[in-house]
Amino acid sequence: MNKVLGIIDGKEFTTGDTLLELSYLIAALLFVSGLKLLSHPESARRGNLWAASGMGLAMITTLLLHKTGEGAGIPLTNIWIIMTAIGLGAAIGWMIAKKVKMTAMPQLVSFYNATGGAASALVGLLEYPNAVAGDTGSILVTVLGLIIGSVAFSGSMIAYAKLDGKVGDLMKPYMTYINLVILIFTIGMGIYIVASPNQPSEMTWAIYTLMALSLIYGVMFVMPIGGADMPVVISLLNAFTGIAAAMAGFIYNNQAMILGGILVGAAGMILTVLMCKAMNRSLLNVIIGSFGVGASAAGGEHGTIKEITLSDAAVLLSYSQKVVVIPGYGLAVAQAQHIAHEMDELLESKGVEVKYAIHPVAGRMPGHMNVLLAEADVPYEKLVEMDDINPDMPNVDVAVVIGANDVVNPAAYDDPGSPIYGMPVINAHLAKNIIIMKRGMGKGYAGIENALFFNEKTRMLFGDAKNSIQKLVSEIKTM
Amino acid sequence: MTSIQLILVVIFIVAAVVGYLLINNVPSRLHTPLMSGMNALSGVTIVGALLATAGALSGSNPVVGYIFGTLAIILAMINVAGGFAVTDRMLGMFGRNNQNRDKDD
Repeated sequence: MNKVLGIIDGKEFTTGDTLLELSYLIAALLFVSGLKLLSHPESARRGNLWAASGMGLAMITTLLLHKTGEGAGIPLTNIWIIMTAIGLGAAIGWMIAKKVKMTAMPQLVSFYNATGGAASALVGLLEYPNAVAGDTGSILVTVLGLIIGSVAFSGSMIAYAKLDGKVGDLMKPYMTYINLVILIFTIGMGIYIVASPNQPSEMTWAIYTLMALSLIYGVMFVMPIGGADMPVVISLLNAFTGIAAAMAGFIYNNQAMILGGILVGAAGMILTVLMCKAMNRSLLNVIIGSFGVGASAAGGEHGTIKEITLSDAAVLLSYSQKVVVIPGYGLAVAQAQHIAHEMDELLESKGVEVKYAIHPVAGRMPGHMNVLLAEADVPYEKLVEMDDINPDMPNVDVAVVIGANDVVNPAAYDDPGSPIYGMPVINAHLAKNIIIMKRGMGKGYAGIENALFFNEKTRMLFGDAKNSIQKLVSEIKTM
Repeated sequence: MTSIQLILVVIFIVAAVVGYLLINNVPSRLHTPLMSGMNALSGVTIVGALLATAGALSGSNPVVGYIFGTLAIILAMINVAGGFAVTDRMLGMFGRNNQNRDKDD
C-alpha cells in the first residue's frame, strides 16, 4: 500500500493514495447518477440508495486509507473515537427519520440541514489553525465554508423553530438595515482574516468572532421571512449547506466533497428559483421580505358568505359527475388526508369521478402535499398537477377546497394590487359549484382577502377539516 | 494554482452545470423527496469531518479537536443517516401506491 507510484505537484502518490482517490471518484459518480435517478418517479428510490452507498464508500475508504502526517494511517484509538461518533450520529438521525410524522417533513429537512451546515462550519474551525499564513486560497475556502455553514446552521434552526410554531415572525422595517450592517461586518471580518499576514494559529479570536457574526446573521436573515415564503428559504438554506460542504472539500482537495456539495448547491439554487416562479416572486423579494406588508389594495368589495349544511353538501357531492379536491396546508394540520381519501373512495363507489388538484407550493414545502396524500394511500393517478387540471375546471361539478386559501385566490388574475397578482393558481372559481372547508373566516397564510369566499357559486362549510369530512362521509353513507 | 487544484476547479464547474441540468425537469410531486435526498447528500461534509478529526486528534490541541471533531462527525452523520433514511421512507410510500394500482388493474 505504501509503494510510491508517482509524484504530482510534489506530492507522492502511493498505491493507497491512488485507491483512496479512485474511491472518491466512484463516490462522486454514484452521487451524480443517484441524483439523476432521484429525479424520476420510477427510479427515485434506487437513486437515493445509490447516493447513500456512494457516501458509505467515501467514509469507509477514508477511515481505512487516509494517512495523517508522515505516511501513517489514522491511529487505532482515534478510529474508536471516530466510530463511536459515527454510530451515535447515525442512531440519532435514523431514529428521528423513522418516527417523524409526514406533516413535519419541512421541519425535519430544516433540522437535518442545520446539522450538515454546523458540521461544515466546525470543519472550517478545526482546519483554520493548520493553514499557513499567505496561503490565500486555502484560507479563503476555509473562511467561506465557515461563514456559509454557520449561516445555514442558525438559519435552518430558526426555520425549524418557525415551522414548528415555536418562534413567530419578526418583521420590522428597520431589520433590513440591521441585517445589511451585520452582513457587511461578517464579510469585512472574513476579508480581514483572508488578507491578514499573521499566522492563522495566532488568529483564533478572529475566526471565533467570524463564526459568531455568521451565526447571528443566519438568525436575523430568516427571522423576518414570513410563513408563506418558508419553502423558498428551506430550499435556499439547503443550497447553502451544499456550497459549504464543497468549500470544505477544497480544504482537502477532495473531489467527492466538492462534487457532492456543489451538485446540491446548484440543484438547490435551481429549485429555489423554480419555487419563486411558482409564487411569482423574485428571490431578492423573498429575502428582503416585503410580503404581507401593506397588502390588499382592493379589499373593499365584500359580498355575503353563504354556508352549506352537511346534508346539502352530501347530496351535491353524491349527485355530481366530476369532483375535484383542492387540498392545502389546513388539510395537513387537521391530519385529514386519510379521511379525505375515505371520502373519495366512497364517492367513486357511487360513480363520481374524483381527482385531487395539487398546487406546486401547497403545504409548507414544494411537493409536500404529494407526500401527505401518498401516506394516506391516495393513488398517484388521482393527483393532477395544476397546469393539467386548470383547462378542465369549467367541466368540474364541485370543487372542494380543503384548508387551502392563497393557491385558489382569483385575485392572482384580476387584482393587480394584490401581492399574489400573477401567481399561478388553481382555477377553483371556474367550477360549477365550490365548497370551501375552513376553520373560520381568517385570512390565508399570506394574509390576503380571498374573493372566492364571496363568489355566488361558493358555499362555506366551517369547522375542523377532519371533523367536517368525517361527518360528511357518514352523511353520504346514509344516502 | 497547482494542477490538482485546477482539476478540482473544473470538477466544480462541471458539477454545477450537471446539477442545473438534472433538476430543471423534475415533476413537482418529487420535490419534497428530492430536497430531502439532496439534503442528505450535502452531508458529504462527513468526509471532511473525518479528515479534520483524524488530524486534530493527533494535532497540537487534541482537546479542541476531540470536542469539535466528534461534534462535527455526530452532526454530519445525523444529516447523512437521517436524510437518506427519511427519503427512502417517503419514496417507499410512493412505491406502495404504485403496487396498489397494479393489484387493482
